[in-house]
Amino acid sequence: MTQTYDVAIIGAGVVGCAIARRLTLDGARVVVLEKGADILDGASKANSAILHTGFDAPEGSVELACIQEGHREYETLRAGMNLPLDRCGALVLAWTKEQEARLPALIAHARANGVDDVVPLGRAEVLALEPNLNSTLRAGFRVPGESLVDPWSAPHGYLLHALLNGADLERSCEVQGGTFDGDRWTLATSKGPVAARHVVNAAGLYGDRIDQMLLGEAHFTIRPRKGQFVVYDKRAARLARHILLPVPTDKTKGIVVCRTIWGNLLVGPTAEDQDDRETAALDAPTLKMLDAKGAEILPALADEEVTTIYAGLRPASEFKDYQLRTHEGRNMITVGGIRSTGLSAALGLAAHVGRTLAGEYQALPDPTIPRMAMLAEDQTRDWQLPGNDGVLCHCEKVTFREARAALTGPLAPQSFAGFKRRTRATMGRCQGFYCGQAVQDLLDSEGPGHD
Amino acid sequence: MTEFDVIIIGAGPAGLSAATELKRLGVARVLVLERERDAGGIPRHCLHSPYGMREWHRVMFGPAYARRLVDEAREAGAEIRCQTTVTALRPGGEVEVSSPDGVHILTGRAVLLATGARETPRAARLVGGTKPGGVMNTATLQGFATFSGGLPFKRPVIVGTELVSFSALVTCLTHGARPSAMIESGARPTARAVMALAPRLMGVPLRFGTTITAIHGRTRVEAVTLDTPEGAQDIQCDGVVFTGGFRPENALLRNSPLAVDAGSLGPRIDQYGRLSDPAYFAAGNVLHAIETAGWCWNEGRRVARTIDAALRGALPPLGSTLITAKADTDAIKFALPQVLSASDPSVAPAFDRMQLRLSRAYRGDIVMGSTTHRVESRPERRILLPLPRVTEPGP
Repeated sequence: MTQTYDVAIIGAGVVGCAIARRLTLDGARVVVLEKGADILDGASKANSAILHTGFDAPEGSVELACIQEGHREYETLRAGMNLPLDRCGALVLAWTKEQEARLPALIAHARANGVDDVVPLGRAEVLALEPNLNSTLRAGFRVPGESLVDPWSAPHGYLLHALLNGADLERSCEVQGGTFDGDRWTLATSKGPVAARHVVNAAGLYGDRIDQMLLGEAHFTIRPRKGQFVVYDKRAARLARHILLPVPTDKTKGIVVCRTIWGNLLVGPTAEDQDDRETAALDAPTLKMLDAKGAEILPALADEEVTTIYAGLRPASEFKDYQLRTHEGRNMITVGGIRSTGLSAALGLAAHVGRTLAGEYQALPDPTIPRMAMLAEDQTRDWQLPGNDGVLCHCEKVTFREARAALTGPLAPQSFAGFKRRTRATMGRCQGFYCGQAVQDLLDSEGPGHD
Repeated sequence: MTEFDVIIIGAGPAGLSAATELKRLGVARVLVLERERDAGGIPRHCLHSPYGMREWHRVMFGPAYARRLVDEAREAGAEIRCQTTVTALRPGGEVEVSSPDGVHILTGRAVLLATGARETPRAARLVGGTKPGGVMNTATLQGFATFSGGLPFKRPVIVGTELVSFSALVTCLTHGARPSAMIESGARPTARAVMALAPRLMGVPLRFGTTITAIHGRTRVEAVTLDTPEGAQDIQCDGVVFTGGFRPENALLRNSPLAVDAGSLGPRIDQYGRLSDPAYFAAGNVLHAIETAGWCWNEGRRVARTIDAALRGALPPLGSTLITAKADTDAIKFALPQVLSASDPSVAPAFDRMQLRLSRAYRGDIVMGSTTHRVESRPERRILLPLPRVTEPGP
């Protein structure tokens, strides 16, 4: 053991990455411990890639506060870090009389949550905004602030911001136990002991297990909730400008239809409770249901081709709200039960943790800010610029220069999946038919090899 | 902006044979654009034969065949630019391209679309389970066999029994992998029945009436679940090769103003291989996924002649008569050409017969215009019928 960190963060999902950034900028010496081969390998690897406003979050909840604070901070930091934001707005749509009857309450709820720019819309107004919608819809309202982001470049950027300013990252590093001596923690990990004054548990799907392991008890239990998605070809993105949301139920926001920042169109997620914390399995009947659901909302989607399918796990718990807890006298903070909306709330959760540890450190005077690769479809991409070394992945137009840049630096990928998240190579319509072997060759010769 | 007589998109058999032919016909500036690092198209990584019988009356393997196509086009005087990706097709033969120098615009008096076809990947087949490494199409498998040290698995399952499926099987067996099974949803192989003997002779079980419902494994494939006539069954394997299910590589086309055929998913053409914008032509598998390399080579050559006629102003104007082929069921996947323009005795049509493809087996009549043909065929086989006689509306 060579040094004692100020803070050890367990878990490099979007929440852990944002916390690492915040605490590093606040002046703490931070280490991030990730059990996966690469970061974002748990709950954060699959989501609907939306930056929410919190219009439908529970009133007065921690979730609402974190979403709103996180959303604001994203808007201020994104230009410096070259992170995309498509402020396309969402439409909440009522298809039945019962759903229509709930709209006024949802609008009132949004306003009570401080989202006061929502606009009630009649059927004709909705169809004027989105002419491809199934015309049987009854009414809706618009939430202008709901936005699309890159769900991977953002957390990569957060963590890189930390790493460039002195934080350390340990991957394939599983926390297996720990002791607190009243002043500092000694964590036993698969890579040896790590010492830190404070521990932040951002272990996502294993958040309760980490609390149990380090504190002897957990005040919540993770109940993984699976979401499956179907992604359509970029051509389908012309069918909807807004994020199309159904009237939510108690359990879920429901099945969303929206574009992605990369110019595809997605339909999902489902909400399926399961015990397995590792495997988010796809199943054909559910995928067909999503395909049919998408075509019900946007009839023209029936003629569009599927580009990919994916599934993720939400670290939900028995509680509706996030489970934030400062364990007094134990120098430990738990950030758990981020059941959904973690991408939107991550920076807000990080600010919360930062305030909890306020006064302990001296903020960095002039931190280095990373500039991330821009992969958004509506922005200038590398293939449009001179010196790009040619295109590696044709469907997503990933250049050799982008690919090689992703393979260097302190956050170079440790897995094929990690490389895909950083570049989008092989993630387009041909799914590697043309470039699969060339990508693998590049990784074998210049990267980490296959996972 | 740089101007060419003909810009050919895609340096596979159709595009290269068209380039060679155009140069032989005396067309001055012929440019072939290829997005890969090397020209030659799919045959570059097809380590099997036979190739070249139609072209040069000899039996060749894919890579040698591809090299000869490239050499012939270069020797004829065509310029081939690799690592050049066409990113948009604009009206009148203007194309946007990306190269290592960035984006620029090129114009051709004519533009030939020869972008070929690809297989349907796992995702579009909505196969459940996890997403580990080791799941790929045949082309990627062949890429590993040809360009990498070896295959990324030892015991894959091969999905499909098209011709290409048996090529995947042979590639596995000649590169140190022994497939654990080859599966087919139908009761018979899609390719000719004699092919069904091949896997048996090679000790690979061929299972009919069987589909793949799930893939298991976190980072590498560990097993698959099959739906078989005897019920669900898990088998151990370390990879999955999804073969066939060919479809045109049509992303450029679908994002352009050019008309697309809903059946073939390729461009709509007349008998001269001309698209809805008469500056554009097409040949090869972008029209009809999928035909042999030799077929595409021949089509490229023939369309080159109609392009030459177009450049000389000798091609009859683009017609508006749509041909429809009707069967008693919806078995027809596509029929091309889709448009008949006026004929001219001085210009031979590039497509002098109708090419039809069925999506499932059919025995019955196919009606085109005023002619009726008796057809009996299995799906995905080449069907050739005479062009219907059509009279253009008079003045």
